Order: sequence, then C-alpha cells, then structure tokens
Amino acid sequence: MSKIYNLKREVEKPPRLTGGHRLCAGCGAGVVVSGVLRALNQEDRAVVVNATSCLEVSTFMYPYTAYMDSFIHSAFENSAATCSGVEAAYNALKRRGKVDGTVKFITFAGDGGTYDIGFQSLSGAMERGHDMVYVCYDNEAYMNTGIQRSSSTPLFARTTTTPVGSAGQGKKQNKKDLTEILVAHNIPYVAQTAPLGNFKDLHTKSHKAIYTEGPCFLNILSPCPRGWDYPMAQLAQITKLAVDTCVWPLYEVEEGIWRLSYIPKKKLPVEEFMRPQGRFRHMFQKGNEWMIEEVQKQVDQRWESLLEKTGA
Amino acid sequence: MIKQLSGNEAVAYALKQLNPDVMGAFPITPSTEIPEYFAQYVADGQVNTEFVTVESEHSSMSVCIAAQAAGARTVCATSSCGLALMYELLYVAASCRLPITLVCVNRALSGPININNDHSDSMGARDSGWIQIYAENNQEAYDNVIMAMPIGETPWVRLPVMTCMDGFITSHAVENMQLLDSDVVKRFVGEYKPENYLLKKENPLAVGPYDISAYYMEHKVLQAEAMKAAKARILEVAAEFERISGRSYGLLEEYRMEDAELALVLIGSTAGTAKAAVDRLREKGVKAGLVKIRVFRPFPGQELAKALAGTRAVAVMDKSEGFSANGGPLFSETCSALYDCKERPYLINIVYGLGGRDVTTGDIEKLFGRLANIAETGDIGSVYTHMGQRSREEIA
Amino acid sequence: MINAQDINEKTPWQDLTPGGEIYEAGTARAFNTGVWRTNTPVFHAQACKHCMLCVPFCPDSAIPVKDGKRLDFNYMHCKGCGICENVCPFPAITMVTGGVPHD
Repeated sequence: MSKIYNLKREVEKPPRLTGGHRLCAGCGAGVVVSGVLRALNQEDRAVVVNATSCLEVSTFMYPYTAYMDSFIHSAFENSAATCSGVEAAYNALKRRGKVDGTVKFITFAGDGGTYDIGFQSLSGAMERGHDMVYVCYDNEAYMNTGIQRSSSTPLFARTTTTPVGSAGQGKKQNKKDLTEILVAHNIPYVAQTAPLGNFKDLHTKSHKAIYTEGPCFLNILSPCPRGWDYPMAQLAQITKLAVDTCVWPLYEVEEGIWRLSYIPKKKLPVEEFMRPQGRFRHMFQKGNEWMIEEVQKQVDQRWESLLEKTGA
Repeated sequence: MIKQLSGNEAVAYALKQLNPDVMGAFPITPSTEIPEYFAQYVADGQVNTEFVTVESEHSSMSVCIAAQAAGARTVCATSSCGLALMYELLYVAASCRLPITLVCVNRALSGPININNDHSDSMGARDSGWIQIYAENNQEAYDNVIMAMPIGETPWVRLPVMTCMDGFITSHAVENMQLLDSDVVKRFVGEYKPENYLLKKENPLAVGPYDISAYYMEHKVLQAEAMKAAKARILEVAAEFERISGRSYGLLEEYRMEDAELALVLIGSTAGTAKAAVDRLREKGVKAGLVKIRVFRPFPGQELAKALAGTRAVAVMDKSEGFSANGGPLFSETCSALYDCKERPYLINIVYGLGGRDVTTGDIEKLFGRLANIAETGDIGSVYTHMGQRSREEIA
Repeated sequence: MINAQDINEKTPWQDLTPGGEIYEAGTARAFNTGVWRTNTPVFHAQACKHCMLCVPFCPDSAIPVKDGKRLDFNYMHCKGCGICENVCPFPAITMVTGGVPHD
C-alpha cells in the first residue's frame, strides 16, 4: 500500500486477463476485470471465481481460458460461496502443509449475480469473514440473457422486461443501494469505483480490497454499450459522466470510516449522463420532464446523505 | 471396537476418523446431528478440518465443489429440502468430476412439510451423476462413508458419492456396531492426491467452462463412462474393505434367494423388517427371498436380473412416489433390468412408507401372500399400487 | 495431461479433458477475435507520448507495453471498439473504417 500509484509501472505487468475472450467490443467488464487483477502483486498467485455471466461465458469458453490464474465457475447464484470454498481449502491445506505461498481469492459477478440471485450467498460469505474480495461489475441489468431488469437497474431505465410503451415508461422501481447494504455487514473494506482516467481510483481500491485481510467488497460501474445503448467507443466518457453527475459516487468505507474519494468540481445535472444512452431516451420526450426531475431529486438526496456520512 | 451409536453419530465418527479438509455445514432434520457432533470434534481439537458454517445447503454444496476443485477433500450432510436446494449444484459437482462425499439422511420432500423418512429426496437426485449407496442400518451407514472416498477419488471414476441412510429409523436409532481403528481407516482411505487442482503451484487449473455443443456431448459421454467404470471400482473397494473389517458388501444383497420363487426388491432399512418376514415365511415353507439394492447409481441391472432369474413373482418396493403414474423409480429400473431375460417373473410395484409411514413384518407377509397368489393364478391385478395408506376399501 | 492446443471440434471424447478442465494459463490467447473488427485503430508511434492512458481502457488487453513503451496493437485480439482513440490525449491513435489495420 505504501507504493504511490504509477500507471506506467502498473501497465508494465503482464495482463492477467488475456485477449481472445469473447466479450463484446467495448465491454466495460473486460476493462474492470483486467483493472482489478492488475492490482495483484505480480509475484502473488490468485484464484479467480466467476458467477455465470457475460464475463464467464466469454472468458472461459472451452478450451479457451482468458485467465492467467486458476479459475472456477460453478453457477449463477453461488460465486461468493464458491470463493469462500476455495479460501477454506487454502486454509485447510496450508494448515496441513500441502500448499504454500500467497494466494488471493477474487470473485467477479454481474449485478444480477450480486444484487439479486447471488445476494444470499454474498451476504453469507461476507458474514463468515472469509479472506476474499467480491467484485460486482455493475452494468445495471441482466445483459447475458439480453438486457432484462435487475434490482440494480436504475429508475425509469428501459430494458426488455421494463419496456417503454403507452402504459409503461421503463423500470418503476429504484436501484437497490447494494454498496450500503455491504457496509452494513461490518466488513473491513467496502468501496465503489469505476474505470476512470488513469485508473488510480479503481487500482488503489482494488489493491486495498485484495490486501486487506477479511472479506472485502467492490462495486464497480461497468458500462454495457449494448444494454445502455451508447456508442461503444465512449466508455471513458460515460463513466466520467456517471461520476460527475453523482449518479455513481466514488467512495470507500474502511473499518467503518466513510471516505468520499471524489467530489466533482462542478456537479453536472443527471441528464448529462442520461442523454447519450438509449435506455433513458424516452425520458427526454416532451411531457416526461418530470422523470428527469425525479431522478435528479433522488440523486441529490443520496449525494447529500453520502456527504453527511463521509463528513465531506 | 463395539459401540452403541445412532446412525448420525456413527457417520460423524467416521468423518472424524477421515478428518476431511473441508466440511460444509448446515442444519436440517434429521441430518443436523452430523454437523453438530462434528462441530464438537472441531471444538475439542480432535480434527483440523475447515468447518464452514454456511447460510444454506446451496452454499454448503457450493463450498464443497470449490474446495474439492481447489484440492481439498470435502464432505457435507443433508436431508430432504436441503438436498433439493442443492439440486443444481449436484449436477455441477458431478459434471466437474469432483469426488465430494455427501451423507444424505433420507427424509420426505415437501409438501406438505414432513420430517420423516422416505427416499423422495435422494431419488429426486438419482440422475444428477452422483454415485448413490444406501445403508440398511447403522453399521452400513458407517462403512459406506468410509468406502466413499476410495471409490469417488479413483482417477478413472472421479465422481461424487452420496451415502444414504433412512432418517430417524437409522439416523436416530442406537444400535450395536463395530468401529474400525482410526489408523486403519486412515490407511484405508489414504491421501487425496488429485492430478490438478486450483491451488497447485506448477500449473493453473480452470474449472467450469461454457461448453458449446461441439464439446458438451463428449463431456457427457466421458461422465457416463466414468459411472459405468464405477461399478467395478465399488466392488474392488468393497473387497479391500472386507479385508480390514470382515464385512462383505456387493452392489446388492441377496437374502435367501438361492431357491426363492417369491421375492422383494427394496432399498434401505425396510430390508431389516423384510428379512424377518422372509425368515418367518421360510419356516412355513414359503420360498421367499429378497434383494436389497445397496448401490442405486450405478444401477446393478445385470446383477439384479441374475438374482431374480429363478423367481416367479416379484414385488418392487419403492419408498418414494415418482408421480409417473407408471410406478416408482426402483420399479422402472427393475423392469428394464429384467427386459432381456428369457423367463421373466411377474412384476408388481408397491409404493410404501411415504413420510415415515410404518411398514411391519405383517405388511410384508401379506405382500408375499399377494405374490403367491399372482404366481399361482398369473393374475397380476394392478401393477402399481400403494401400501400402508388408509382407504375406504380397507376399512369396509 | 491434455493440452488446449490439442483440443478442437474434431477431437474424440476419449481425448477431451474430464469436466472440461483446462490445465494451462491464458489459452484464449490462441483465439482470434481480431476478425470481429469493423473499424480498426491505427497507432502513430511518432505522436505517442507513452502516457499509457489507453492501456487500462482496452477491454481486450490488446495494447502491449514493454520497457516503458507502448507498442503497436495486437490485432489478433483487438475488436476495434475505439475506446483507445477516445481516451488518447494525443493524435497517436486514429480509427479507420474496415477490419484491416493499414489501409
């Protein structure tokens, strides 16, 4: 942790997620996963776990694994329990002198596999205190099955199960605040980040999560060009807007201490983030101004509450 | 060493002797005592197992899958709805070829919720790719757990093993039994040495791919061949086990079948009751016998056909209702096993004992009476019937 | 031990790995996703300041780095998403139409 972040030094490490995987062009998940794995100390081994997801079916399609480390996928809803099982085996075998060296355990799951179907497994593993990192790459819908709403899908977003029509205007419910639910587990480290700029935020939080003993949780915004319906080249712009509108605030909670990682110089209106995305297009139609106002109101409220918690 | 133990305690004791690397633990009646006893062994420092107290059976199996893939020897115990909750993962465990040991203390499935014994839980999982071995009594429950790992971990088998015993009847009843010395058990079971595992230093391992149709079928054939190969290995391990214990096991057990004309085919603790009934009938000169299926997966089809070859009428007793409207799972296996026989006995199916409904020697003798009648008249009547339920006909 | 390079859609079942396991690292590197490209990034080495901002943004690990220098694209893996061009502060990357790197 003592080393100051240096992008040049970090990208010199050989990637631990290789090319040749089948994620869509411009997919945020590939960026997030290679970013997190880059935070591993080069000499340390890792076991990577995936929930069933776009990521899983794209990164280990027989016989092609895109991971340089050992990898296990078991099912959709159990990636946290799976990771805890590998960690348990490590403890047992280490105790019996059958393995040595540092091995880290990192799970990646989408928001469906985390906020919804994998929620119980996640909560259980965090409570049990396994030394592991759980990373949610949050693209705010079930993308692998073709863009269905999850409890992470934001208010009013259009998905294939929250379509827009004469009687429906996208998702009727709010996005679940999973990061705060994880904070309530009283685990050593919880953080929210995104692929941004020189990756300092994502990298330092990943490194902290990997090298803090005990269960740690990272929620990482992972734009999906298909599901969000924006030009795939604009990944960096989209995440930057999510952060500058405070739709996706960057913060961390370390041993119960809340810290805001970033305060935008100028907090942008939410529509700046929403306008480039097709999933919010209906909100910009005449007569739907109230929808944007409603979202703005909620984002403002949550931001204020976060400022209060972090004392910023 | 002779001890008086319940089935659960005997199994927990076997697990203590095996000292597995990882155990997934979650309570459900009637298997709860197994992780309870084991937790005490952990607390007393008698084992150094990583005891993972998960939040569900689903996570229990998930932990076992991952830990076994990571290079650990893993065990867990469950019953009924717990096994049902594991259902998806049972397939994952088998298809990833992970020789996990699961103790299933058989209990009825919901609903309505019922905590007593029948085989609907493990029978529901019969096609999940697990080896299934059923115990008649506490001794067998103990012995089967000790044989599970040497069977499942064999490189050309590599399949998970489910050892089953009847809830309460076996799990909670205390019986006299022979325990092996821990050193003998340890030597018998040996070390778990998978060729590849997640934590191996020399090369990484990737487990659980997305399999396109160009490979899925081939992987399933590999798995099916392993299940076929398991049959010989189960007998090999039984022979080795006989050398250390003096107790002999096969894929099935034939009881007074040498010249039997009337026979039962059944699974589990009912065999004890039925053996007593057979003895009584034999005293009366009835040529009665029974076949107890010990290994249900892989199914000993040829062996069963051979055992039933000389019989005239057979009742297959299913302790689970498959709702096929055509008989229970053991019945359909027995039917297909007998299909190629030149001379087939008359065959009926009895579904009995659901949700803990008692079966007595009287019930069994009555059933043999029905078989005698069928053998004499050739009139089968209804092929598939239930036994032990109250009904208007019975009362009238 | 069976190697991934010996596994293909003609391999008989006897020669596949049980459970679909793979015993090597990064076998996906042998898979060509470059053919997916409809647009292609072109690297102008003379304009590159090696700030490395493009590298972590590449979803396909298709920008190799060696001795502090950003090298030319790995076109076997680049899917042509164009994120790199977008994040490059210099005129060092331009997207060209079509799947081939140099037109």
